[in-house]
Amino acid sequence: MKYVIIGNSIAAAGCIEGIRSVDKAGDITVISDEPYHVYSRPLISYLICGKTDEERMKYRPGSFYKDNGVRALLGVKALKVDYKSKAVELDKGAPVSFDKLLFATGSRPFVPPMEGLESVKEKFTFMKLDDAKALMAAINKESRVLIIGAGLIGLKCAEGIYGRVKSITVVDMAGRILPSILDEDGSAMMEKHIESKGVRFILKDSVAKFEGSTAKLKSGKTVGFDIVVVAVGVRPNTQLAESIGCKAGRGITIDTHSATSLKDVYAAGDCCECYDISGGVTRVLAILPNAYMQGETAGINMAGGEKTFDKAIPMNAIGFFGLHIITAGSYDGAAYVKEGGGVYKKLVAKDNLLKGYILIGDVLRAGIYTSLIREKTPLDTIDFELIKEHPQLMAFKKDVRAEKLGGVK
Amino acid sequence: MKRVYVNEKWCLACHLCEYNCAFANSGQKDMAKALKNVKINPMVRLEDNGKISFAVSCRHCTDPICVKSCITGALTNDGGIIRVNKDKCVGCLTCILVCPYGAVVPAPDGSVIQKCELCTNNASGEPACVKGCPNGAIVFEER
Amino acid sequence: MPINYNVPEYAVVRDPDRCIACRVCERQCANEVHSYDPELNKMRSDETKCVNCHRCVALCPTHALKIVKNPDTFRINGLWDNETISDIYRQADTGGALLSSMGNPKKYPIYWDKILINASQVTNPSIDPLREPMETLTFLGKHPHTIERGENGEIKTDNLPPQLKLNVPIMFSAMSYGAISYNAHESLARAARELGTYYNTGEGGLHEDFYKYGPNTIVQVASGRFGVHKDYLNAGAAIEIKIGQGAKPGIGGHLTGAKIVGDISRTRMIPEGTEAISPAPHHDIYSIEDLRQLVYSLKEATDYKKPVIVKIAAVHNVAAIASGIARSGADIIAIDGFRGGTGAAPKRIRDNVGIPIELALAAVDERLRQEKIRNSVSIVAGGGIRNSADVLKAIALGADAVYIGTAALIALGCHLCRTCQTGRCNWGIATQRPDLVKRLNPDVGCGRLVNLVSAWQHEIMEMMGGMGINSIESLRGNRLMLRGVGLNEKELEILGIKHAGE
Repeated sequence: MKYVIIGNSIAAAGCIEGIRSVDKAGDITVISDEPYHVYSRPLISYLICGKTDEERMKYRPGSFYKDNGVRALLGVKALKVDYKSKAVELDKGAPVSFDKLLFATGSRPFVPPMEGLESVKEKFTFMKLDDAKALMAAINKESRVLIIGAGLIGLKCAEGIYGRVKSITVVDMAGRILPSILDEDGSAMMEKHIESKGVRFILKDSVAKFEGSTAKLKSGKTVGFDIVVVAVGVRPNTQLAESIGCKAGRGITIDTHSATSLKDVYAAGDCCECYDISGGVTRVLAILPNAYMQGETAGINMAGGEKTFDKAIPMNAIGFFGLHIITAGSYDGAAYVKEGGGVYKKLVAKDNLLKGYILIGDVLRAGIYTSLIREKTPLDTIDFELIKEHPQLMAFKKDVRAEKLGGVK
Repeated sequence: MKRVYVNEKWCLACHLCEYNCAFANSGQKDMAKALKNVKINPMVRLEDNGKISFAVSCRHCTDPICVKSCITGALTNDGGIIRVNKDKCVGCLTCILVCPYGAVVPAPDGSVIQKCELCTNNASGEPACVKGCPNGAIVFEER
Repeated sequence: MPINYNVPEYAVVRDPDRCIACRVCERQCANEVHSYDPELNKMRSDETKCVNCHRCVALCPTHALKIVKNPDTFRINGLWDNETISDIYRQADTGGALLSSMGNPKKYPIYWDKILINASQVTNPSIDPLREPMETLTFLGKHPHTIERGENGEIKTDNLPPQLKLNVPIMFSAMSYGAISYNAHESLARAARELGTYYNTGEGGLHEDFYKYGPNTIVQVASGRFGVHKDYLNAGAAIEIKIGQGAKPGIGGHLTGAKIVGDISRTRMIPEGTEAISPAPHHDIYSIEDLRQLVYSLKEATDYKKPVIVKIAAVHNVAAIASGIARSGADIIAIDGFRGGTGAAPKRIRDNVGIPIELALAAVDERLRQEKIRNSVSIVAGGGIRNSADVLKAIALGADAVYIGTAALIALGCHLCRTCQTGRCNWGIATQRPDLVKRLNPDVGCGRLVNLVSAWQHEIMEMMGGMGINSIESLRGNRLMLRGVGLNEKELEILGIKHAGE
């Protein structure tokens, strides 16, 4: 059996481990346009601020490919897939033939057209290890950094370079920061916290024009800069998959087996879209745990085993300047909110289920909330008032507790 | 594989499991020296509503969602025992986001996480919470 | 403000270097002696409430606590000691009778410690218990007066009166459900089953959950008749009529209405909140003929399948009473000496009424032999049996088996603080508070009781082997195996043993 994986990040690693849990013998080939051993992309901001290094960033040990019998073609780009003859054409070397194929192509940064952008000398996106290394080489204590995009990537970049540059200014079209994971009150709280560290926000605004080392904004404000980081958004890399006929929306469409609409072709990770059980819609759920689980599911099914991943929900654990946020699910429903003393909590319930939550500040044991969403636990079978206070197993009935803690069915 | 199991019928909420855990993981030989004037941050935590109480620690799941969710690969499944490599951990707290038991906690300085490793990573040998429980509410056995 | 005459009996000594303020002492003291002061980040102790039960000492993970006798003392006085003076202060304060718990603690002579055991040497060599069979099995019940043989000459065994079979001559004595907790009863019941012996329900009835231990249960019929109904009588292996108790001979018992709740009320078959008073006499036993009538009523109710035990306190004319009981149809007589324990009794009665079991046992055994009716009953002795040597000496003095009460509770964790009557037993034994009862895990408790009795059984076998005896049968009443030391002529005569050297 020949397994080919296009991509070499989390979903690929999950797929490899999934395949090997069923099939110890089949050939596995990994094709990656990056020259690096599998590494975790979320760690690039930690690299800049010194919390990790290239060695520790490796997602799996150095012997990973050897231990799993994987032929890793690193620094090689997949140009085209011929579905009829089941082969992948590369930019270097002979085509690779496959029986089962996985797209783990991730996403690419989206750079919107901005007038004068081409004249900016030091401009960066913030996606891959090479982006981080380039940015690290460019910044110094005198740098004035302008980050476009106040979302997860833009703010993580800000945290990474904090203290190593003279100033950080973040501009976003949206009226609030982190709109993809927080509500208005949560955004306000985080904005206040990050501003207190000296990061400047200019919101509900965008760059009209770059002129020399000044950015002229639509509102009329101007921002002087030495370095620009564009972190406005990402686009899932669906091109190769769509070119052979895989159904795709914003991302490559997969079912709970991580299978695409084409036989023997699977997809996993940031490049695909799947069913979000909390919001009840199909969407891209670009979060590392989902990427791994989709990849693992794909691998097991590719190798002839049987596995489904039917608990995908949006979820995030992220901290900025010492204040942690943990969120999950969707926010459509009846909300319970508690705030004060540097802590924010919002629980959203609908149809007797917990649909989503936001925690800022006190994030201990959030996984208990997450499991209520993923397991679709009816709220009338638990003590929801206790759960509202804080996550606790005490909220479950006695026999459920006995099972959770005593392994007794 | 032997795991730590808790029977809430016999838990007295005495908190000795927590103190014994903190001591076992302190790296020191004398409990008084290790824990005097220290706010303990143990890997096993008591839930107590005044009537019912029980201690919660890592279940060492056979299908560990924390390992699958870890962004650095610091959490690994070592022959059934789920371990954290604190050098690799960056304290993103994704494991706390996903653990359905709430068994993973931040380390005292908050920069990395910590969790029960069944006292295989300290001088205690046998799980300290089990040894320290005065009423047989915590046991270490296969089920 | 009234003058406080009473100094605290104990002082709590906490080593400040060792205390880590883990608060387990605070959490585990039902008397609220310890508390945590968050402002000072220190533990504090209120020694006026301490009863010296050692719960905090035993649980402190750094061994930072000691409970010591309060050095505050009255001027030394041979007649008016601390306790005597304090008792008067208490009664002047409250006007009430003093209550206390557990057995007589006063310095009366302990005859067990003045009796020595023989060992074999040279002639009649000792027996090695590791190589030879050593029989600790014994039976309690009436022995037939004659041997009957069947048609083929073999000895008939199907005509025997009902017997109790004990793997070891030690039983757990009566402690009622209400005086001790559900978990304590479960520990005793399970240990009795595992050891092949019996435990006694006491006068609180038998909880429905424990009917399954019936084959190892002695059900008690006391003067209050609590919990007595047909199923109850048939549930046990034997029925014990409680006439008296060593700790408080002549008076009845009283469990306050506050403790008659829930399961206790249901098991005793009395309404919640009523005072559970066991009257001094059984109000249907005013003569030995009345006793005989009750014995036979119980036998009728249980189809003559179960032996009937009559339990009496050891008092002055215990031998005559025992003789009457033997003739009343009872199968077993249980004698409870003045050291016997209690959940609550008036202090003066507990400390001044009754006689030592050693003397009572010897007197009863001798009297029944003289009247040639020794085989019509078995004798069980109890009241302060502390160790395997006491057991052995009791059997040599004439007992068929012993009852242990206090020793069993100590095995379960009791520290003899003697404040059971407050209902705040920190060890989960003499209390009904659910949060305290939880502290006695029957898995642990049963294990400890089995350990204790097995250890004693082992020691008994060693001592028997040393004497050249290989069965309890040969030890029973074998006074020649005992010698007295430091006893006067009269004591030796009553005990029926020679002085060491003779």
